[in-house]
Amino acid sequence: MTDLLEPRAMGQDLVRRDGELKVRGTATYAYETPVEHPAYAHPVQATIARGRVTAMDTAAAEALDGVLAVLTPFDAERLASTEDAEYAVLQGPDVGFRGQLIGVVVAETSELARQAADAVVVSYDQQPHDAELSADRPDLYAPDQVNAGHETDTAEGDVAAAMAAAEVTLERTYSTAMYHNNPLEPHATTALWEPAGDGFLTLWDSTQGVHPDRAAVCQVFGLDQEQVRVVCPYVGGGFGSKGLPHANVMLAALAARALPGRPVKLALTRQQMFSLAGYRTPTIQRMQLAADHRGRLSAIAIDVVEQTSKVKEFAEQTGVPTRMMYASPSRRSTHRLAALDVPIPSWMRAPGECPGMFGPEVAMDELAEELGIDPIELRVRNEPDVDPETGKPWSSRNLVRCLREGAERFGWSGPRAHRDGDWLVGTGVASSVYPTMRQATSTANVRYEGGRYVAEIGAADLGTGAWTILPQITADALGVDVADVDVRIGDTRYPVASVAGGSSGTNTWGSALVVAAREFRTKFGADPRDGDEASGDVDQAGQDDTHSPYAFGAQFVEARVNADTGEIRVPRLLGVFGVGRVINPRTARSQLIGGMTMGLSMALHENSAWDPAVGQVANHDLAEYHITVNADVGAIEAHWIDEHDPYVNAMGSKGIGEIGIVGTAAAVVNAVHAATGVRVRHLPVTLDKLLTALP
Amino acid sequence: MKPFAYARPGDVAEAVRDVVAEPNAVFLAGGTNLVDHLRLGVARPDLVVDVRTLTSREVTDLPDGGLRLGAASTNSQVAADPRVRERWPVLAQALLAGATGQLRNMATTGGNPLQRTRCVYFQDVTTPCNKREPGSGCSAVGGYTRYHAVLGTPAALPDPTAPETCIATHPSDMAVALAALDAQVQVLGPAGERTVPFTELHRLPGDDPSRDTVLEHGDLITAIDLPALPAGTRSAYRKVRDRASYAFALISVAAAVTPDGDLRLALGGVAHKPWRATRAEEVLRGQQLTEDAVRAAIAAELAAAQPQPGIDSGNGFKIPLVARTVLATVRGLPPEEQS
Repeated sequence: MTDLLEPRAMGQDLVRRDGELKVRGTATYAYETPVEHPAYAHPVQATIARGRVTAMDTAAAEALDGVLAVLTPFDAERLASTEDAEYAVLQGPDVGFRGQLIGVVVAETSELARQAADAVVVSYDQQPHDAELSADRPDLYAPDQVNAGHETDTAEGDVAAAMAAAEVTLERTYSTAMYHNNPLEPHATTALWEPAGDGFLTLWDSTQGVHPDRAAVCQVFGLDQEQVRVVCPYVGGGFGSKGLPHANVMLAALAARALPGRPVKLALTRQQMFSLAGYRTPTIQRMQLAADHRGRLSAIAIDVVEQTSKVKEFAEQTGVPTRMMYASPSRRSTHRLAALDVPIPSWMRAPGECPGMFGPEVAMDELAEELGIDPIELRVRNEPDVDPETGKPWSSRNLVRCLREGAERFGWSGPRAHRDGDWLVGTGVASSVYPTMRQATSTANVRYEGGRYVAEIGAADLGTGAWTILPQITADALGVDVADVDVRIGDTRYPVASVAGGSSGTNTWGSALVVAAREFRTKFGADPRDGDEASGDVDQAGQDDTHSPYAFGAQFVEARVNADTGEIRVPRLLGVFGVGRVINPRTARSQLIGGMTMGLSMALHENSAWDPAVGQVANHDLAEYHITVNADVGAIEAHWIDEHDPYVNAMGSKGIGEIGIVGTAAAVVNAVHAATGVRVRHLPVTLDKLLTALP
Repeated sequence: MKPFAYARPGDVAEAVRDVVAEPNAVFLAGGTNLVDHLRLGVARPDLVVDVRTLTSREVTDLPDGGLRLGAASTNSQVAADPRVRERWPVLAQALLAGATGQLRNMATTGGNPLQRTRCVYFQDVTTPCNKREPGSGCSAVGGYTRYHAVLGTPAALPDPTAPETCIATHPSDMAVALAALDAQVQVLGPAGERTVPFTELHRLPGDDPSRDTVLEHGDLITAIDLPALPAGTRSAYRKVRDRASYAFALISVAAAVTPDGDLRLALGGVAHKPWRATRAEEVLRGQQLTEDAVRAAIAAELAAAQPQPGIDSGNGFKIPLVARTVLATVRGLPPEEQS
């Protein structure tokens, strides 16, 4: 049990503290940082998917008036560490994927830099590339572990025996597409090396964590932490793609190193983001379910095949939610990777859970249909008393309440399909889950200054609401009005903070702020003097290891399919979530419906159309890579139940940044199936997959 | 982006002379497509001649009951014109189905039909493309063909290395409606003015995929005329796309039915040009527009259709989709007014 705060500011529907700045356009983002006399960098990218650069003719680029520097693998300085191959920019002639960085031009204007980059003539020794994922490749391998440190494979009981003995079995293969994060603000950096000898570097970088960003840069350039400052007050979206720095940050720092004393700006174009900023790997999920005729599972198994890059391994933990979601005596999960000549996959909103709840939640709907049981009832019948993976009791698990309340609000009862004029209408449901995580490192300072309480922590707000909710937590921990509290974030001059990832930010930074605030009160009482200051670490916060902490949810979809053309519309999307205490209903709702909208986008629209012959995403811009637009979103509602969880942290809160995208795509598929009878097992659900079944 | 000279001449005649004098010159109107291409390196002109303020912005009545759309009239303006909405609703609907409000405010009558294909390989200068770089080959064959042609192509799997291969589609919605309406294009060229039937403006790739239209260097569209339709003609535009807004057509249908029962039909998203369905029209001539008759007519039109294989199962779905959408569009036309 943790020492829960009494909520006073927490729970209030406060407006975003940074909202007005953003609406007025005065919030400064990395690329717009006002600096003296900036220069502009533009990358040169490989146009082959595998091979070696044999020569780069930079004469035409260098001859352009206003070009300041052209760097290639043949003349760029050697970096202190090339241990992380993604960050080893311009360190050698080898090309591991199409779009890889092989040079950079710095010039007086961005247009000139781009023109000069285009004028660099590259010669290659091109080799055949291998860039096509399939489940029957002979070279699939088991990684040592999968993302977030999870085991690659798990097994309990005997799935094969259970499948052989069961009254009903289901074996299906599902797949999710390749997706690109595509935050509105592209990956951008302004980099400045001080001209004096101590090599001080300032990076204004669009990042989900200034401290992790700095740590990576320090390692690559062989610098001490004190030699680098990273500043990032505002982020125009990240969705995981700015959680770990990508090669563009190292390239910007390298380019700026060529011009000490001169700030250099580098922003990726939208097209460049499709090869340099990470992406969600495509996944192939073979599901097995065994059940008795009443729907009680005796086995659940998921065998995942997905891709990584030969340059650097990233193993999405797709099979992880199957390990804990439903009660079943026999369970198995495996992950196998194909290492290909492709860009490097990475984090995208809810890595693991998002793709990993697609196959299982469609399979549960298929099993329910097979058994003639309501899909909500099927889930209720497989509700585990304790976490099946660890055997620990849940800190709180309100999946059933979410399903029941959602059913009530949505109007679930009654037939799941009908026809309305030219439209075939169906409804679907799926469960959501996301682990409640806390990072090991974060420190906060609380100071009394000019009659106000000022807290500092190097946290990040990527549109999530941290600027607004961290003062709410701090105010309650100090026992003061939230209007008297300022929280400063987004700068390595503030105490160390963890990455905004894994929906762990509020849990981690909030816990550190509570420790600091309580320490402040302990040291200085209720009547502090100006300048009094205390700090606190997250590792001093109460931590419960005896319970299994997860957030749960249920999502409901009404889908309409045009009987003539197969066009798909989703006029209603409703989610109910059990996410602990909601600290700010306004920002929380925004996170949840944002996640659900992104899940709808995954279901119907997003699809990085991979061209294996060329070795790149064919539709690499926002005209062709479709993201759900306003016209695609009808009535969208996010609700939460009044959930009290005394085990997670002093706020009683669970993460909410990612659970909204988990399960949505399955609910859409299940609704489209109800409407048309077509079970689309390979995302996205597009009209061509429905045409043959239409009347 | 390559630097270029920019000129804003005093009148259209001077604009034409400027372009004729510079072999690597282009006209700029709304810029919604050209400016992208300048950035991407798809267009690399030495001279950009801005005609935005030179051609007419007016939509004026013609003596025979038709309408003249000045080349600089915007897509938003034409879509909102009460005469267009009432007498040529297929055109208003097609315009509103295109792009976004912001883009329609910039895009012009003269520029819209001259926008270039959205083939992803055409727009990426690092991949071979016969349309962008003649003779370099076609990357689309067997690749990402979802938005590519099924009509007017020689084979289901053309030779990707042949210089004439191109399976791109024309992306304009407006142009599909204009093809169905037998619009007339007013052109000012080096040799003076001439009129080009809209259905003859765009061409199939033939042996030169780099050419989208029959216009020659220096030809400038000054206006597009809509001929009068017989009173009581009913028309509609139906666009089928992957999301509800701001997406190019997978396929689209422009249909107009005269009180005599004559169907005029054009298809979008299926060919290198807006596709006037003349075979279907011929099959139907003199027949009642029953569901079966329309089905048979569109089957005749699609008899030569060639599905293109490719990523995500290619584009074979377009063939049944066109048939279904034509039927739905004709069925959905507003009821005949009782006189």
